[in-house]
Amino acid sequence: MTELPGRIVVAGASLGGLRAAEQLRAAGWTGAVTVVGDEPHMPYNRPPLSKEVLAGKAPFESLALTPKPAAADVEWRLGTKVVEARLAERTVELDDGSVLPYGGLVVATGMRPRRLSCPGPLVGRHTVRTLADARALRDELARPGARVVVIGAGFIGCEVAATAVGLGVREVTVVDPLPLPMVGPLGELLARALRTRHEQRGVRFALGATVAGFEGDDRVTGVVLGDGSVLAADVVVESVGSVANVEWLRGNGLDLADGVLTDEQLRVGGRPEVVAVGDVARFPNARYDGVARRVEHWSVPSDTARHAARVLASHLNGADAELPPFAPLPTFWSDQHDFRLQSFGAPALGRDDVRVLDGDPADDVLAGYHADGRLVGVVALGGQAATRGAARYRAQLLRQPALTA
Amino acid sequence: MKVVVDMNKCQDHGQCVFASPDVFSMDDDGHLAYVPDPDDALRDEVEEAADVCPLQAIRIEG
Ligand SMILES: Cc1cc2nc3c(=O)[nH]c(=O)nc-3n(C[C@H](O)[C@H](O)[C@H](O)COP(=O)(O)OP(=O)(O)OC[C@H]3O[C@@H](n4cnc5c(N)ncnc54)[C@H](O)[C@@H]3O)c2cc1C
Ligand code: SF4
Repeated sequence: MTELPGRIVVAGASLGGLRAAEQLRAAGWTGAVTVVGDEPHMPYNRPPLSKEVLAGKAPFESLALTPKPAAADVEWRLGTKVVEARLAERTVELDDGSVLPYGGLVVATGMRPRRLSCPGPLVGRHTVRTLADARALRDELARPGARVVVIGAGFIGCEVAATAVGLGVREVTVVDPLPLPMVGPLGELLARALRTRHEQRGVRFALGATVAGFEGDDRVTGVVLGDGSVLAADVVVESVGSVANVEWLRGNGLDLADGVLTDEQLRVGGRPEVVAVGDVARFPNARYDGVARRVEHWSVPSDTARHAARVLASHLNGADAELPPFAPLPTFWSDQHDFRLQSFGAPALGRDDVRVLDGDPADDVLAGYHADGRLVGVVALGGQAATRGAARYRAQLLRQPALTA
Repeated sequence: MKVVVDMNKCQDHGQCVFASPDVFSMDDDGHLAYVPDPDDALRDEVEEAADVCPLQAIRIEG
């Protein structure tokens, strides 16, 4: 048998890809690392794209992530897409026609925005995922008197609506088929408080409403709702969820139903030489019920990369030490207007039993989410004091045994 | 080791405090306070703090 090539290929050059490369070095991998990314940029930080940077409070340059010195010898192939992986042969093919053999592969290709397929013009319709997206949207929000319709009341939609209000646009309306903003992750109590806060600050809502199409000839002038009514719009933002970038993994017998399925060590397809990190990884969390889920939180690329790099490096270095199963404590924040949402744990698992732990939904509030009577997550909504309150429960959430135990 | 936090970027998230409580803390007003020249033995946890800062406001020099 020929010797394995001593190279790890990382597909995707964003936060997950960067952290994977850094953590491979930290885990003792001294062989070659090549990171392939289809965006033209070095890895950058996405959260400010809907907040400070979109608001013009921070420059685009401030987004750059600085690779650690230990990862200085990593090869970056940017502006290059992985078009196909042949896992049995341990090769990936790039869009420049080259084929890279690998000893180890890290899947870090993340997500892209889902688009609405209903009829109408495309110009004037935006998504927010990349630098280029945020630049284009920022230019349009800066047009005097813009009327903005945000479709989708998830966290990105809520953040963009808040930023647009802050920029002084003429009006902002958020449309969603659900009855409250962010009700999926937050549950009713906080979702209602969130809606009130947005309305007090000038955001309008069209809730329980679907989108049937777009009006306009060469560019969008209105959003047609399911009941036939029309919201006038100069700028439309579609924040209706995301789609995993997994097409390049097809044909390998993997479960790609929602991202790429991993085992409790973040390995893919039962292969010890392939791991997945970041938004694209659908992993079971040993801290909870063992059900595999994708988690689109900023903390996840770093957490998954640390674990996956150890798993991969120890396998390739011939150690194959079995690590304890991956069991991160999810953390999430979102900044909207002058307030912050801060969550620890898995509130969505305890959405049916939400209790106010501190404060009052009209003011700073801290809510606890319970499953089988046990605290599984906390969410703070408000200012500094509320956020600090949530942090106090973090240790308790960390100490708890698995839900299945 | 020298630690510098860009206070123009920092938004008092406090994630660094969880990663490296010896170096980072929150004062009574909820603002970040930190030790600018921590012992080298703390390098791992300070690096982790720099990783988890959502604003990427923490720089390690030397
Ligand atoms: C606007 C916005 C605001 C956010 N705000 C918050 C927040 O406030 N709090 C929070 O917790 N989280 C937030 N997040 C989520 C957080 O940014 C993500 O969880 C994180 O970016 C995921 O990183 P990733 O590396 O896994 O994936 P991604 O960042 O999606 O990176 C994947 C990379 O792979 C590239 N790629 C895809 N396919 C290929 C291919 N075939 N070949 C080569 N390259 C490929 C992509 O172009 C991309 O560069 C926000 C996200 C967005 C978009
Ligand atoms: S994690 Fe970053 S933003 Fe938060 S307090 Fe620390 S330095 Fe400031």
